[in-house]
Amino acid sequence: MEQKAIKHKTGFWYVVKSLLSGLGLTWKHFKNARNRRTPEYVSDENYFKQPDGMATLKYPYEAIPVPDNGRYRLHNEIDDCIVCDLCAKVCPVNCITIESVKATEDIGTTSDGTKKRLYAPVFDIDMAKCCYCGLCTTVCPTDCITMTPVYDFSEVDIKNMVYHFTDLSPEQAEEKKLLLAKQQEEMAAAKAAALAARKQG
Amino acid sequence: MLAFLLTLGALLGVVIVLAYAERKVAAFMQDRMGPTEAGPQGSLQAVADVLKLLQKEDIVPAAADKKLFKLAPILIFAAVFAGFAVIPFTPALVPAGIGIGVFYLLAIVSLDVVGLLMAGWGSNNKYAMLGAMRSVAQIVSYEIPAGLAILSAVMVCQSLDFQEISYQQGALMNQFPGLEYEMNWLFGIEALGINTTTIGGITTWNIFRAPILLVAFVIYFIASLAESNRAPFDIPEAESELVAGFHVEYSGFRFAVLFLAEYSMMVLVCLVAVVLFLGSWNTPLPNIGPVALAYWTSGTAGEVSSIGWGIFWLLSKTFVLLFLQLQLRWTYPRLRVDQLMHLCWKVLTPIALAVVLIAGIWRLLMI
Repeated sequence: MEQKAIKHKTGFWYVVKSLLSGLGLTWKHFKNARNRRTPEYVSDENYFKQPDGMATLKYPYEAIPVPDNGRYRLHNEIDDCIVCDLCAKVCPVNCITIESVKATEDIGTTSDGTKKRLYAPVFDIDMAKCCYCGLCTTVCPTDCITMTPVYDFSEVDIKNMVYHFTDLSPEQAEEKKLLLAKQQEEMAAAKAAALAARKQG
Repeated sequence: MLAFLLTLGALLGVVIVLAYAERKVAAFMQDRMGPTEAGPQGSLQAVADVLKLLQKEDIVPAAADKKLFKLAPILIFAAVFAGFAVIPFTPALVPAGIGIGVFYLLAIVSLDVVGLLMAGWGSNNKYAMLGAMRSVAQIVSYEIPAGLAILSAVMVCQSLDFQEISYQQGALMNQFPGLEYEMNWLFGIEALGINTTTIGGITTWNIFRAPILLVAFVIYFIASLAESNRAPFDIPEAESELVAGFHVEYSGFRFAVLFLAEYSMMVLVCLVAVVLFLGSWNTPLPNIGPVALAYWTSGTAGEVSSIGWGIFWLLSKTFVLLFLQLQLRWTYPRLRVDQLMHLCWKVLTPIALAVVLIAGIWRLLMI
């Protein structure tokens, strides 16, 4: 291929023209600063077509909406939780801590009809440890643990990053434990009585 | 004393507005929003900055030359502020109406250079030293084309008195003692036969009285950018190379004074450009037959109306030039030091010399 010498434009008027066009460019941006980028949803067709105006988003006051499948802060709907411990087991970073207490009476069903048999005196998720993999949400049999679109939840004290989802107060939890212990004692006593009765008979 | 306090107060006000405008204009030109939090639309940001600076610790480096270091900001600001003494604000109001105002201004503003060198040397810091050297080299060089451009205006006006130069550029000319029988002709050429003495307005501004002064104005404006260390001639404080140039070691109140001096210098050079070339406090609106726009927008000399109109026109023209300075800063890249000197000595100075010659010939045509 034949090479051509690149001719650089020079000369007084060319320089003046280019200086003025530079001023024109900044003036155009200054003039368009009346317009603002709108916080469109990502699927909006104008999302990438906002070349004019200020690009700044005043974040705490306004934000671009999060996509529907955004995976941020975990939430556990404790009323639907059967305290099966699957999420705690599958969690790769062990950020979920669950303690369970067997219920002594009938405590109802979850919204999808599964029978609940356990109380959860402790159901803590440490969001400071969470790696947002979403495994807990996939293993959950009742779909009670979900990822919400909330992403701005930083805290001054790291202890506040631990979210407590239990619906029992410590006193209630203690009461349930006592009830269980009492029931088990009664059952053991009944068993012993039955055993003794069998031996006698 | 009253003039001193009034000028200082007005200057502080203008500088606060300018510092805020600088941030907003810069932001808008870069598609940002600038300050938004302090006050409505961030308008108190500059005030907040000043308050913050005043609270800061006053640090004097252990190895600095303490006397020079402490004296430099005061000298720099005093030199710039003294320049405001001769600027006429209205037909009747000028802090110090001396007959050799132009000469005084050029001389006193040059003292700035000494202050810069003191600050750079006294800091005992390589960046400050380099910044000061560059600054001094640049200011001393650019004073030549600026001085020649001012000289051509002075030659056309035949006066070193800023107030007399101001009166010549408007419909009120004949009210100035000594100019009662002077005439203004269109483009300054009597042979054209169009008398603009009573038309006034933009037709009697210096850039129209002698159109060659338009070239002088452009030269002066470019040189004034360099004298106030503004982009694209900001190598003395090039952030990316020298941190902040000569004021890198300054903090707290001393830094605030340097900052104030820098912005005052911008305001001063723009004021001088307006007074010498763009009609000073005169209105841009001409008298057209019975529609005496120039008289209506000038007020009567010596009364409140003339003070209001005079300050309004002077400040609005100054702010247009200041806006241009800001826009230039955010449009053009910084010149290299050799390009800077090339522009000064090989381009502006020869053109300015030619302009002085032509201005002299023009003056002969004007009589």
